[in-house]
Formats: sequence, C-alpha cells, structure tokens
Amino acid sequence: MKVLSSYQDGKLTLHLKGELDHHEASAALRKIGRVLDDYLPQDCVIDMEGLTFMDSSGIALILKISRLMTETGGRAWVENARRQPLRVIDASGIDRMIKVVV
Amino acid sequence: MKQRNYIKMEFPARSVNEGFARAAAAAFAAQMDPTMDVLGDIRTAVSEAVTNAIVHAYPDSAGPVQMRLRILEGDQLEIVIRDRGRGIPDVKKAMEPMYTTGGEERSGMGFTIMASFMDSLRVRSSPEKGTAVTMRKRIRTKAEE
Repeated sequence: MKVLSSYQDGKLTLHLKGELDHHEASAALRKIGRVLDDYLPQDCVIDMEGLTFMDSSGIALILKISRLMTETGGRAWVENARRQPLRVIDASGIDRMIKVVV
Repeated sequence: MKQRNYIKMEFPARSVNEGFARAAAAAFAAQMDPTMDVLGDIRTAVSEAVTNAIVHAYPDSAGPVQMRLRILEGDQLEIVIRDRGRGIPDVKKAMEPMYTTGGEERSGMGFTIMASFMDSLRVRSSPEKGTAVTMRKRIRTKAEE
C-alpha cells in the first residue's frame, strides 16, 4: 500500500492507496507518524478513496491516528471509504469514536 | 455433510502471505457466484484468521499455516485456518472485542469482524498443539440477492 499526503491551511490529508493489512500496517504507521510530526496539523483527513481493501489493521491505524491527533489538540476523520473498508468500520463500531464521512 | 469441492494449502507464517491467502480464498469462493460485498467479507475474515496465526502462533519462527476451504451442500462455504503453534491460553478472553496481546498496530477486533462477517465461527485451541478457526457462511448467489 501507499500513503501520500497533502497539506493546506492546517488540514493534512492522508491518501491511503492499495491494500491495508497487518503486513503493511507497521510501515504505514511509521510514515504517518513522521508526516504528523512534520506538519502538526489542526485537522487530519484519512482519505480512503484509493483503499481497495482493509482488515482490522486499518481499524488500529485509524484509532492510532485519532489518538495522535487528540494528543496535540487536533481531530481526525475518515472520508471516501469504499464499501469493503466501510463494512469493516461498521463491524468494528469505531464510528462511535471517530467521524466517518460517507 | 457432503462436500462438492475443496482446496487445501499450506504456507509459512510470514506476513507477506496474508494477501495471497485472502486472494486465493476469494478466487475459490468466486465459483459460488457471491456478490462483491460477500466476496469482500470472505477476504476480510480470511485475512483476520491468517493474521492471527502469523502474529500469535509462532513467536520465534515461521511455522506452517494451513488453509482449507470446502463447499458443502446447501451453498455453505467452510473455511478452516489451522496452525501448529503455541495455542491461545484463554479463547474466550481472546475473542472479546478490543482485547489484544499484539502491538500498537493490532486493534483486537479480528474475532469480532470474523464473527460479524460469517454465519458461524468456532475456535479450538490447545497449548503447544495449535489453533483451528472454523468459519461457515451460506453464500447467496447474485441472482438470489
């Protein structure tokens, strides 16, 4: 999988692309941690438009990003999730803790 | 229960095989003509079970993980993921949502997702003998939905 980022006016967007599973999760987390440290954004959008698959590793990743953002007084939310990642998000119940824009 | 078709495969507990295992499972299940949503559910459940075996069964080695899929009478798909690793000391505890002994990249939601996406989930585990996860789902074809 790939993590690309774009930044504008205090809002960092993380574009997740490909398949997110346990094999990919550690490297993705490291990269995202570095990008968040670089920008210290007020808002962080997790853009899942290009994410074709995720399992519960994606849930861990979303929760971690949310925690890192809350620690610095910011907020994170999910946008543009396709059907499969959305079903995993629904089954996990994390949409009670983090905003998921559909 | 009579089986109409099956596959068996074995691979070492290396994380690079997670993607292969779910793709192989989906390719096999495709002959049942499931919807895209159901195919996604199968890929996800397999990914969770295989990841559990890779993360937890063999702490210091890449031991064998077996995957078996069967198509049974009544359009039932059965998936068994089995390892010969150290076993789960407390299966009930392991199946609780958000419980994990893994690192920060684990959510503890694996079993919850397997149970949610499949019709049935059974986990049998024995110390030093391994763990077998058996999941079943009745596949409604696209025409039925």
